[in-house]
Amino acid sequence: MTSTTDKAGRPIVVVTGMGLVTSLGQGKQDNWAKLTAGESGIHRITRFPIDTMKTTIAGTVDYLPGGRRSAPDLSEELAALAAEEAVAEAGLGTRGRFPGPLFCAVPPIELEWPERRILAREAAPNGPLTYDDLLRAAENNDHGTWHERFVYGSIADHLADRFGTQGQPISLSTACASGNTSIQLAVEAIRRGDCEAALSIATDGSVTAEALIRFSLLSALSTNNENPAAASRPFAKNRDGFIIAEGAGALVLESLEHARARGAKILGVVEGVGEMADSFHRTRSSPDAKPVIGCMRSALADAGITAEEIDYINAHGTSTPENDRMEFTGMSAVFGERLPGIPVSSNKSMIGHTLTAAGAIEAVVSLLTIANGRIPPTINYEVPDPAIPLDVVPNVARDAKVGRVMSNSFGFGGQNVCLILTGEPE
Amino acid sequence: MSDRRQPARREVWITGVGLVSSLGEGLDAHWAALADTPAPVRDETSFAPYVVHPLAKLELDKQIPKRGDQRQMEPWQRIGTYAAGLALDSAGIKGNKDILGTTDMVVAAGGGERDQAVDGSILSEIEKQPNPELYLSERLQADLRPTLFLAQLSNLLAGNISIVHGVTGSSRTFMGEESSGVDAVRIGWARIAAGTSEIALVGGAYNAERRDMLLLFALRHLAMQAPWSPVLKAAKGVPTGSAGAFLVLESPEHAKARGATPIAKLSGVWSDRARRAQEGTEAAVTATLDHLIGLADPAAPGTAILSGATGAPEPTRAEAEVLAKTGLPVRSVTDRLGHSLEAQFPVALALAALAVSHGRLFAPLEGEPIEKPFDGALTRAIVTGVGHWRGEGVALVERA
Repeated sequence: MTSTTDKAGRPIVVVTGMGLVTSLGQGKQDNWAKLTAGESGIHRITRFPIDTMKTTIAGTVDYLPGGRRSAPDLSEELAALAAEEAVAEAGLGTRGRFPGPLFCAVPPIELEWPERRILAREAAPNGPLTYDDLLRAAENNDHGTWHERFVYGSIADHLADRFGTQGQPISLSTACASGNTSIQLAVEAIRRGDCEAALSIATDGSVTAEALIRFSLLSALSTNNENPAAASRPFAKNRDGFIIAEGAGALVLESLEHARARGAKILGVVEGVGEMADSFHRTRSSPDAKPVIGCMRSALADAGITAEEIDYINAHGTSTPENDRMEFTGMSAVFGERLPGIPVSSNKSMIGHTLTAAGAIEAVVSLLTIANGRIPPTINYEVPDPAIPLDVVPNVARDAKVGRVMSNSFGFGGQNVCLILTGEPE
Repeated sequence: MSDRRQPARREVWITGVGLVSSLGEGLDAHWAALADTPAPVRDETSFAPYVVHPLAKLELDKQIPKRGDQRQMEPWQRIGTYAAGLALDSAGIKGNKDILGTTDMVVAAGGGERDQAVDGSILSEIEKQPNPELYLSERLQADLRPTLFLAQLSNLLAGNISIVHGVTGSSRTFMGEESSGVDAVRIGWARIAAGTSEIALVGGAYNAERRDMLLLFALRHLAMQAPWSPVLKAAKGVPTGSAGAFLVLESPEHAKARGATPIAKLSGVWSDRARRAQEGTEAAVTATLDHLIGLADPAAPGTAILSGATGAPEPTRAEAEVLAKTGLPVRSVTDRLGHSLEAQFPVALALAALAVSHGRLFAPLEGEPIEKPFDGALTRAIVTGVGHWRGEGVALVERA
């Protein structure tokens, strides 16, 4: 039996269960088939009126039965679907009792317009409405359940009840790096010996009219509205912004020792995690890419490997002009002359940018890439950008032996987290 | 046989504290205010019928020198960025690029400050529209300030601290009301104790002076209405208070190497989640809190409890009972500064570090009979953080 600790003497952390929900569909099987077929989940928005919107497309998850849900309701449902799949696959614990903590990345949450409108109607002021009227309506009526629904902690709290995770669940956000942070916190907890297993979930079902408008006002979104499936164009010269999307990813993480002892099937290893914050700007990354470079290098160092040992990069690749250029600059510094020979693809070309959920979804896809020996393409790559020459696995999936993946996530607020993932240890 | 190495446990020192509240800014101002045992600073008219504890006036330029930065933030972010700057000053690492570049940050945050004038204006007109949803889209596109979004994102308090103060080792934001404050401190502490981090900035901030936040409490009839009253004696609602608190946590090795001395030791942080819905709030909170306090060795001499009890009736009643049973001297943080939600646990820890560093406890508050006089040497403070609707936490601060 080989060692269950890594080069640094820490417990090796493995993945024994994974779950996935995106606009492409529910479950790993369906998503993997579509991702490797180069299908897009991006479509015209039907959830709210788009008549006056600059952006009219998104990767919303619209196929679940039932009517309107609030963002926390949908986010919780997506999380539960992904986690059901992951926990079932791991076969860990008993139904309703998961033997470890929950780290749950959740989107921004606040009271929403339908609820505000109900309060406003109940208040029925004679003059212009103010928040004092809403407060009066809240006190005079019974909307106690909205309190729990629209505070930040309730998604994770409900999931903790549903899956029976141990202790206080942590709800977290590092913006678009949140998914990777949810995995990072679990890896750290297992390495510290706080627990033998943990459940990491990252979810985002927060595409409302107001959310779309907010990103639109920051000029972050693509306006390639004509053909939704062709709008997300990571690394292409004609990229013009990201496509907002929804989904969830879930991973059961476990010490290798614990997984082996119970005879679990090991789906992969989280070999290293790197992080570095950027102090340059609230929404823009440092143009010299120093924090991103530092983040990638710290992930390699944490894994105890060199850049030479990376076979494939699952890029952040948002399709914004700035991110993709900056990510290229960062990868160039870290991988040097070898970069053109490393396949780099962006899942976001097909599923859009699932924001809070992206890191966890892409970690699952990265491990599927290793397991299947097949790299999902970057679709819509018709016009290469000469400023960022990369092998983006253009438009068609590629068979390749992939032993080790770097998966990048970067976010507003200077958030950068990179993962190093490998297959089952020898 | 396991080849698992037992994780080493190091001491964790508190080498910096930044605190702003209705009582002022900085540890000295708070110590003076607490010694005077005044009635807490509160405002019962601006947000009538609700009681809030307004933030003392800050000269923002002192910690956020660029006006452009100030403009990019909403008040909760300014409070937090300001308090974080105070903490870095207190630790003596402000502007030290080498150290700040390796400082790990864990921030407890809510978010979502809204443009209440825009909301009110839209709600005044929307029901008269032939297509309300379309009207809503048009108004939001026309009226929302682009930068407001950045002031609403939870992780942009941490982002602003990175930008203004240059803290870039790592940056994580936890949400989830009171428990996010507990776990932010717990994770920062655990990483240092386990030897995977040398120095961390942990804390949170809250702006109580906003009706959209009061609304969240009002939906469950939990916001305290005037007249103000102490929470442990008769919990009748949450008196929210604006506050920001950050702690610099550090390994003794790292602190000694730069000649820094501890304000106090953070000897443990524990969190749990009582099954309130399944077992009943009072029974579940009582059992969980009793267990957590037990982990902090309450029988050791020189111990007091600083309670973060919120004033939400059921959990606060349960906590008051548990605290009374310990027989230890108790002081309510909420009675003095108000309740600052995500920031409450860091605020309570800041006061605990302050009291322990002085070696004595501040005087009891009139009208709070559970608070007994204690004139002995204070060497240990147990801090409680019981959430107003979920989540329980405890920490132990000891004299260094």
